[in-house]
Amino acid sequence: MTLPYFIAIPLFTAFLIPLVSRRKGTPAVVLSLAATAALLGLSIQAFLRSPGQTFVYRMSGWKLPVGINLVQDAFSAFMLCMVSLIALTSLVYSVKYIRHLGQDWRYYALFMILVTGMNGVLLTGDIFNLFVFMEISLLAALALVAFGGRAQEFEASFKYAVTASVSASLILIGIAVVYSSTSSLALATVAESLSRKNPLLVLWVGGLFMAGFGVKTAAMPFHAWLPDAHSSAPAPISAMLSGVLIKTLGVYVLVRIFYNVMGAPPLFLHIFLVLGAVSILAGVLLAVGQWDIKRLLAYHSISQIGYILLAVGLNTTLGLVGAVYHMINHAVFKSLLFYNAGALETALGTRDLRKMGNVTKLLPVTSASSMIASLAISGIPPFNGFFSKLVIIIAAVQARQPVYAVVAVVGSLLTLASFTKVQRYGLRGERPVEKLVGRVDWGMKAAMIALAVLCLATSLLILPGIREATLDPVVKVIMDKTQYALTILGK
Amino acid sequence: MTDGKPGMTLIIKTVNRIIIWMIFLYGAYIVLHGHLSPGGGFGGGVVLALGLLSVLLARGREDTLKWLNLGALRKTEYSSTLLFLILGLVGAAASGAFFANFLSKGRLFHLLSSGLILPLNVLIGIKVGLSLFLVVLTLAEFDLEKGADE
Amino acid sequence: MTLYALCFALFLVGLYGILTKRDLIKIILSSGIMGYACNLMLVLFGYRHGGMYPILEKGREGAAMVDPLPQALVLTSIVIELGVTALLAALAIRLFQKYKTYDITKIRRLSG
Repeated sequence: MTLPYFIAIPLFTAFLIPLVSRRKGTPAVVLSLAATAALLGLSIQAFLRSPGQTFVYRMSGWKLPVGINLVQDAFSAFMLCMVSLIALTSLVYSVKYIRHLGQDWRYYALFMILVTGMNGVLLTGDIFNLFVFMEISLLAALALVAFGGRAQEFEASFKYAVTASVSASLILIGIAVVYSSTSSLALATVAESLSRKNPLLVLWVGGLFMAGFGVKTAAMPFHAWLPDAHSSAPAPISAMLSGVLIKTLGVYVLVRIFYNVMGAPPLFLHIFLVLGAVSILAGVLLAVGQWDIKRLLAYHSISQIGYILLAVGLNTTLGLVGAVYHMINHAVFKSLLFYNAGALETALGTRDLRKMGNVTKLLPVTSASSMIASLAISGIPPFNGFFSKLVIIIAAVQARQPVYAVVAVVGSLLTLASFTKVQRYGLRGERPVEKLVGRVDWGMKAAMIALAVLCLATSLLILPGIREATLDPVVKVIMDKTQYALTILGK
Repeated sequence: MTDGKPGMTLIIKTVNRIIIWMIFLYGAYIVLHGHLSPGGGFGGGVVLALGLLSVLLARGREDTLKWLNLGALRKTEYSSTLLFLILGLVGAAASGAFFANFLSKGRLFHLLSSGLILPLNVLIGIKVGLSLFLVVLTLAEFDLEKGADE
Repeated sequence: MTLYALCFALFLVGLYGILTKRDLIKIILSSGIMGYACNLMLVLFGYRHGGMYPILEKGREGAAMVDPLPQALVLTSIVIELGVTALLAALAIRLFQKYKTYDITKIRRLSG
């Protein structure tokens, strides 16, 4: 069975890299690219084989009440593909980008540990195992955020670390309460026992998990660490953090816990709706006034996560289709936007929009892909953002929550406004830029072109035939709610 | 520390040189008996790290770096993690599940019993001990005065 | 019951420290205290009345034991928090190098 290889391959690479590297980073680069490409191949294969089925792998051969399981169903496979895809493009981008920061091989080793942590969170069927893998990816992310060595990066990393340790303590208390009432840690047995327990207990546990994992999702009251951390990190790491980390550690875990384990209690889903709506508006309003391009993109991440949370809170099939679709779309276009910001910073030496000018002639690939990404995030057809936001708005109207549909539309209009600002000042400013400070070389260009093509290609996922093959099995797993637990217990 | 020379006084250095081998013995005992009594990899590893740290405190940074071979310590640390993973994969090859217990289980309460747990405990003890020591050594190398470069 | 209340009080002490203290080192120590409170709570949940330590020894097979699983969880949790604390300490040193102070009200170059 191939499930442990998703965790074993990046972990092996992460600890092989320091053994084989000297001053130059070349073996590190080759090893990590090979490992990530292998992961992408494995995850696509896992997603395509029998999409409706759930695969369970018992670690060390121990059976369920005693052992730790690895579970792969359609939702996990989908997220695995997303993680490997963004990781591969991020690695291709960072081949030359990291060169000027020195000490190459440590970056690649930390990157592989981050991928290990995320794959572990996606595949595990045991709640404490999820906590352990979450902390592993948190440690790697903290070190990567502070990688550049400038003052702001340390400050951002410290804030992220303290906030994350508070949330980890809350999650640990939640795990303690779950264990003491159900005497089991595996998600499947917890799901089965929680349905028979006191609803006050479910409320208490749900509240703790929502607070703890809500910090990881950077939903509105818990968002304070995100603008600093995502704007100070190097560009490929910002893409990984914004594109996949807040989704695997945040949205995926919240959906698993509140849909599959607790069976979608209406109170919590209503809280998701409210938090999502607040995040959309507050994120985009805070973003419009920013002049630092990466901070603006970080605030937009909060806003787009708000869209996903709003769709999750609707408790309808169409809403979940919108949420899952928006997850992959956001991963694609937000990573592309961060790559563009990194390319602009390398080429012009500054992140301030007021200091940039017209670079369309000097940086054609960057300008074109930036235009594509801005159109995608603002929700302009035929790019992918339009389709996923449309699905979310229609789902909100169908679920008789018209206020939230209006909020989604308003958020989209304000997103368009702020990206018009980015395009006008950042790329098509008034004075043409004469010369560049640094070069945008082939690795960065390749990653940007690949993601720009994907922005168009993922629009195809809404077509009925393709949607049944890819998105519908994912949504079915989530909407089946506690059927997930019965399937695993039966194996 | 005192009178300009690095490290601590002569009495402490001499006593330390004798005691650290007892500390290492105690740490090894905790690691090896992990399946019979409390402790195991983590606890024994912390004791080993503290033994090495006592060398760092007693002798000062430069003398410790001369006494140890830092590159060899780092390579031991990385290879112990790789060996841990390889043992898991061998378990997968031998009896179908990752980290399956494929060595003989021996007799109850003996040292060489319970299969795979003993080698895994030893590897974790080495890894935890060396990691903690290297982390504190790296932290000790920071000079608080320098470096306001942006 | 009072044990759980005291444990919760310890957690609140740690949380108070993180929220109100201005010194970086005190924040790190407070997050450590919060972690200890969580670990203590986990171990307390494993107590069984009349149980002894959960180790199988000659002549003691079949005695009533406390639950060993939370103890394993706490071991793992301690090691994870050790890693995070080490990282926080390294960050605190580097922050002192850059900003020349441990006071968080002065370490505010990122704002807005």
